[in-house]
Formats: sequence, C-alpha cells, structure tokens
Amino acid sequence: MSLVEVTDLTVEFGALHAVDGLSFTLEKGAALALVGESGSGKSTVAGALLGLHRDTGARVGGSVLVAGTDVTAASDAELRGLRGAKAAMVFQDPLSSLDPYYAVGDQIAEVYRVHTRASRRAARARAVEVLDRVGIPDAARRARSRPHEFSGGMRQRALIAMALACEPELLIADEPTTALDVTVQAQILDLLHTLRQENGLGLLLVTHDVGVAAESADDVLVMRHGRAVEHGPLRRVLAAPEQPYTRELLASVPRVDAPRTAPAEEAGETVLEAVGLRREFGRGRRAFTAVDDVSLTLRRGETLGIVGESGSGKTTLGRMLVGLLEPTSGTIRYDGRAHSGVDPSVQMVFQDPASSLNPRRTVGESIADPLRAKGGQDDRAVRERVTGLLERVGLEAAHHDRYPHEFSGGQRQRIGIARALAADPRVIVCDEPVSALDVTTQAQVVALLDELRRELGLALVFVAHDLAVVRQVSDRVAVMRRGQVVETGPVDEVYENPRDPYTRQLLAAVPALDPEVAARRRAARREPAPA
Amino acid sequence: MNGFGGFLLRRAAGTLITLLAVSVLVYVVFYATPGNVAQITCGPRCSPEQVHQVAAQLRLDDPLYLRYFHFLQGLFVGQDYSTGTSVEHCAAPCLGLSYQSDQQVLTLLLAKLPVSLSLVAGAMVLWLVIGVGTGVLSAWRRGRLSERVLTVLTLAGWATPVFVLGLVLMIVVCGELQLLPFPQYVRFGDDPEQWAWNLLLPWLSLALIEAAAFARLTRSAMLETLAEDHIRTFRAYGVGERAIVGRHALRGALAPVIALNANNVGSAIGGAVLTETLFGLPGIGQELVHAVKVVDLPVVVGMVLVVAFFVVIANAVADVLYALADRRVVLA
Repeated sequence: MSLVEVTDLTVEFGALHAVDGLSFTLEKGAALALVGESGSGKSTVAGALLGLHRDTGARVGGSVLVAGTDVTAASDAELRGLRGAKAAMVFQDPLSSLDPYYAVGDQIAEVYRVHTRASRRAARARAVEVLDRVGIPDAARRARSRPHEFSGGMRQRALIAMALACEPELLIADEPTTALDVTVQAQILDLLHTLRQENGLGLLLVTHDVGVAAESADDVLVMRHGRAVEHGPLRRVLAAPEQPYTRELLASVPRVDAPRTAPAEEAGETVLEAVGLRREFGRGRRAFTAVDDVSLTLRRGETLGIVGESGSGKTTLGRMLVGLLEPTSGTIRYDGRAHSGVDPSVQMVFQDPASSLNPRRTVGESIADPLRAKGGQDDRAVRERVTGLLERVGLEAAHHDRYPHEFSGGQRQRIGIARALAADPRVIVCDEPVSALDVTTQAQVVALLDELRRELGLALVFVAHDLAVVRQVSDRVAVMRRGQVVETGPVDEVYENPRDPYTRQLLAAVPALDPEVAARRRAARREPAPA
Repeated sequence: MNGFGGFLLRRAAGTLITLLAVSVLVYVVFYATPGNVAQITCGPRCSPEQVHQVAAQLRLDDPLYLRYFHFLQGLFVGQDYSTGTSVEHCAAPCLGLSYQSDQQVLTLLLAKLPVSLSLVAGAMVLWLVIGVGTGVLSAWRRGRLSERVLTVLTLAGWATPVFVLGLVLMIVVCGELQLLPFPQYVRFGDDPEQWAWNLLLPWLSLALIEAAAFARLTRSAMLETLAEDHIRTFRAYGVGERAIVGRHALRGALAPVIALNANNVGSAIGGAVLTETLFGLPGIGQELVHAVKVVDLPVVVGMVLVVAFFVVIANAVADVLYALADRRVVLA
C-alpha cells in the first residue's frame, strides 16, 4: 500500500475550485514536490491530506488515503490520531506557526503527549531529544526558550522537531523555506534530506520554487488552476518538460549560473554618488548600525544590484539613496551636488505593490500624485500623461479609473513603476520589486524594468535577496553583509569568481535546478563553511 | 530575569510619576477655582471668624505651588492644624480636614473604604468567572445554538441598568422567595459569613452587568487568536479542540481581559454609586456624591485622589500581569 493515495480530489471554497480532480500517489520513503504559482491549489492539497478543510465550509470530494487512514471518511478522533502521529506538517512562517506564549520545548511536549500518553517528564525529554536531532545547539536549555528568542532558521528547525516527535511516516512541508534567507534555506533543505535518509520519512514538499523542489524531491507534480499539468520524475521533467506551461515556468526561473541576457549599455556619466554612508538606529546600548560606511556610484543607463540577506542593511541603504531616511553620516550627491531629502529625480519602487498603493484612490490618481505635486499642468494634461504612463508600463488607458484591488500583483507592480516614472526620474531605486510575485510575472516585470532603463536612459538600483534575479538584471553588483559591502564589481565577475568567502557561501547556498549539481553542492556544504 | 527586574523598576517609577501628576491636577482643579475657597471649604454656616481661621489653615495667602507642596508634605509627614485654642495633629498620610463634618478626611475615608473594597473585590471575582467563562464557552461553541443563546443573554446583561437588575434581584430573592434577608452591610471582621451573604446580591448585580463586557471581549479576542497560524499548527498536530481553546486561544486573549479588568476595578471603587445607594452600602461612591453635593472640598479632593490612586495602581498591576503573561512585553 502506498503512503499517500489521492484519487480525484476536489476542494471547493464557495464558487472557487481550488483543487479540481487531482490524483497522485506517494510511496513510503519517497519525496514528491508539488510545484505551482500562487493560486494553483498546492497548499490546499497539503491541507487536504490532514483533513484540515473539515468544518471550514470547504467542500471536499474524491478520496484521500494517508498511511492507511481514509481522511475524507475518518471520524474526528481518527483524524486527530493521524495528525502529527503518522503525518506531520511543517508550515511556511515558523514564527507565527508557534504559540508565542509557551516555551518551544513545552509545545513539542504537548503534541507528543497528545499521541503517546507519556508523562510530562518523558515528553519534555523527548522534546529535547528531537530539538537536538534537528541541530538546535544546547537543546536542553533552548527548549525552555519562547519562539521569539529563536532566529528564523532555529524556529523552522523547532517546527521540524515537533514534526519528528511522534516519528511520523510522512512529512508535509508547505513552503518550509520561503520565509528564510538563502543560507538558512540551504541548511533546512539539507536537514530535510538527512532526515529522509536516516528516518525513511516520506516527504510531500509544497513549493513555488523549482530550485527548492530540485534540491529535495524525486518526483514533481506541476499544478495550475487546481489541476495537474505535468507529473513525473524530477530529472525528466526538468530536463525535458512535455507541457507548454511547464516549459514557460522553467524558462521564467532566473538562473544564478547563467550570464545576463540583456545587452549591456555603455554607461554614461555619474548620476548618483554615495560616500561613507552610515546609519544607526536606537541609542545608547541598544544602538545598532544598519549601514556602516558604504560608498557607491551609479552611472546613467546602468543597473546596480544590491544583494544581501535579511538584516544586511540593503533596504536601509536604498531608503537613504532616495532620501527617505537621513544618513547618520556620509554624503549623497545627485549629479555631483550634495543632497539631502527627497528629490523628484530619484524615485522608488516598493516591494509590496498592494500596500504601497492607497486602496481608496484610483490608480490614475496615485500615478498623478507626482505630477500634481510639481504643479503647472491642467487636469487634461495630467490625465493624458498618466494614460501615456499606463500604456508605457503595459497597462491600458481604461485602467485609469480602477482601484488597486482590481489588479493582479504583477499589474500592481507595473502601476508602482508608472508612478515612479511620473516624476521623470533619472534614478529609480527598486526595493525587492519582484519578490512578492510569481516567477512568470517576475520575469515580465524584470523585462519591463530593463526596457525602461535602456529606452529612457535610467539608472536603476535593484535591491533584492534573490541572487539569481540580481544576476539577471544587474550590470554591477554589491554584496552586503551586516551593513557593509563585502564585495562589489561587474556582475559576471562577482558571480563567476567571488573573492569574498561570504559571497562564495551565498552562491553555494542557492538551490540548483539540476539535481546532480544540487547533490554535489550539498556534499560541499557539509565541509565547514567559512565564518 | 534581570530584564524583568528592570521592567518592574521602570514601571514602578512610571506609576509614581503618574500619581504625582494626578495629585497636581486634582489639587489645582479644586483649589484654584474662582470664588472664596475658604468660605466654600468651611461651609455655608460658618461665621466670618471661622472662615478667617480656615483661610489661615489653608494658607490662602501663599502662592498655589507652595500650598500644593504643603499639601504634599501633609501626605508624607503629616501636619498640624491650629484652631486658635488647640492644635490638631493630622498624621501622615494627611488628606486634610473636613470642616463641615469636623473630621479628618482620612478618618472618613477609612470608614468607607472597606465597604467599597469588599464590594469590588467580590464583584470582580464574579465578573471574571462569569464573563470570561461565558466568553470562552461562546468562542468554543461558535456558530451553534448555545453560542447564540449566550450572545443574547450577554447583550441583555449589557443593556440592563444596574439599578433595574439590583431591584429585580432584591424583589425576587429577598421579597418573593425570601432566600436572603434584605442586604445590610456587615463588617468582615465582625462576621465573615454574614458579610458574604449580605454582599451577595450587590456583588451579583454589579458583576452580571460588567460580566457582559468581559464575555464579549473574551469572545472576540479568542476568535481572533483562533484564526492565527499557531492554532492551525496545533490542529494539524491532532491537539483536541478543548486544549486549543482552553490553553492556546485563552492565553492569547488574556491581555485585553487584564487591561479591561484594571480599568473596571479602579473605576468601580469610586464609581459604584448606584449599587451602593441601592443596597444601602456606605461606600466611597456614596460619600463622594454627598461631598460634591455639599461642596465639602477637602473630602472631594481626598476621595478623588484615593480613587485615582486605585485606578493607577490597578493599571500598574495589570501591566505587570501583562508582562508575566507575555514576556515579549518586557523587551519592548
């Protein structure tokens, strides 16, 4: 009998068919990746395996067999017996997935006691044992910490420890590394790999990231609109995708090992220069230096990528460049003139297009803001200009009077770009402009930015955590760590021959799309990493 | 634990500063009012000599800030009032003299305070048990008939004025059914059992109405917590609904309950006038209303200060409980 047998599964939320006639099996000890973009129904499938849609108003059809339990027909008590004991789930956001009020060890012990009737003492001991198993240092002491005292990676380890507590046969991991930095992601994926090898766990991995799937799974099932598009061995699907959608998806995935495709421009004069930028937050003992002595120059027509992990200071740097934050010390020069405060010639595009547009105003009004701020134009001229901008970023004139919620994520980011263009800037600082978007949309927005740069002679600063995207868009790149630029140079040079050990470590952690390469890298990561 | 000690220290300092600020405000509001303060303080039946004497005792010739410091001095070290022929000593904490009743404000207060504290302490236990219990129950049984019945009862409780509920309780329990005698305040020290029996109806009528607010707050806070990700985690690990509601969701809902309770306790000590009047309890609320009516300024100032003291202390205690419930507060 297979570990998981899903036959003709449908899940409907009201009129929405989230999952529509999906069937697959997973054998004991095997690993299957469900890959798809947002809204493809992949997480809904993961929830259905544990019967999590019961009593939520969703209609579930078809049959789901997990470790011998018929999930759709099981009683509530049988279902609780399955959850956590035979099949355990690891969630995307490890901070919000743990109860903030209780010690991590106690939460694991609680789950253990639900399924084993062990004594409190035995359950605590078990919690420490599994925390140690997933690589939490000093587990006996750290078991008494609350989740907020853990780092992101440690929290995800703790959730995996909770999953291991009752020695389940199946681990369901729903975007387990999406909220984590790339080096931490590599550690967690390595941990999942080791657990599979040593405990014989079956793994169902839900992810939007083809690279993560390639690192971890044997088989892959590509989903779209609640249906299976393509299902087969990972190697075969990656090497020779049969379906057009799979091909499109794979083609959109930015590659960290592929040189930049867009033609490089002859860089012009220097438009923006930062010298010795430094920014502190807090005072006294709590003072924290977010950006520490960063200098950079940006020339007309070029894209400077700034890449780093969370907390590296890249967003703070971006905000200082546009004048949204005053540097504690150092100077910023626009066109050779020292400058402070915001200036129309340097604009910003934000990460989350949904929250950076006012939901109560039409997009036309939002885009017109910089024009009206400048003044001297009548309403008709403003409207004409806004319509032109909308068309320039690939939207339609008819979109002028609609509200942000009527647009998709990619369209909203285009609106954000149009708003930045409205002031006729010479420089646009993009802070994680595509990290909230699906890969196919990501590729379109990246292409748009590149086109604008060439046609309008813009200089772009592209701040991102995704090394592959940065390689795709940048002429030069600066790698940041703890507020400092550890390495900077032409993008191909930095990526091909990284000089700084940290850059090397970052690049080694990026999931490879080729399972062979992934295995080689995993072996290399077992060597002690440079500090 | 070092962080927690520091937190306590900071919180205590904040409480002290708040209390001082409140005392300045109360003092200025009442004593810097236009009109003849000595005449008002002494009362309408005072002779001109008496008014003159009061003016001297209140040091009305001194500037306001000196008078305030003198008042503070009385609070911390006590002070002497000369009546011309004899000297009356008012020991710390001296809140002044009530010229109209010819008593020290503190003496008056100490006679009333146990009544108010008795009323509020008992009612608090009841409103917490009934209110939070109802809230937990209706969050647990959400969407079912029992929840709807609870919601209707809660709303009815919220909409009922305390004197209506108290009257109905008295008529039914004491009049018709004759289960209890009509309430009459008995001091705890005299007979604890009679103290409790006599306070039962006042406790119930005050608590039932407050409980309605707690039930609604607890329910909504719990539903909010129940929608959070970590609840999903424990469901996905087979933890039963009872443990999820009772352990995880309730813990998350405690913070607003603690905050509301602090407010209610603080304000009920001086503000349960209706309940006190209805059941003939000689508490602070009643005394305060009386003092305001006859414009007995020293009593009003003293009582308002004491009530403010309880509100501030109740909130400080709430903050500490809050931090104990959620250690992340200490870090902030």
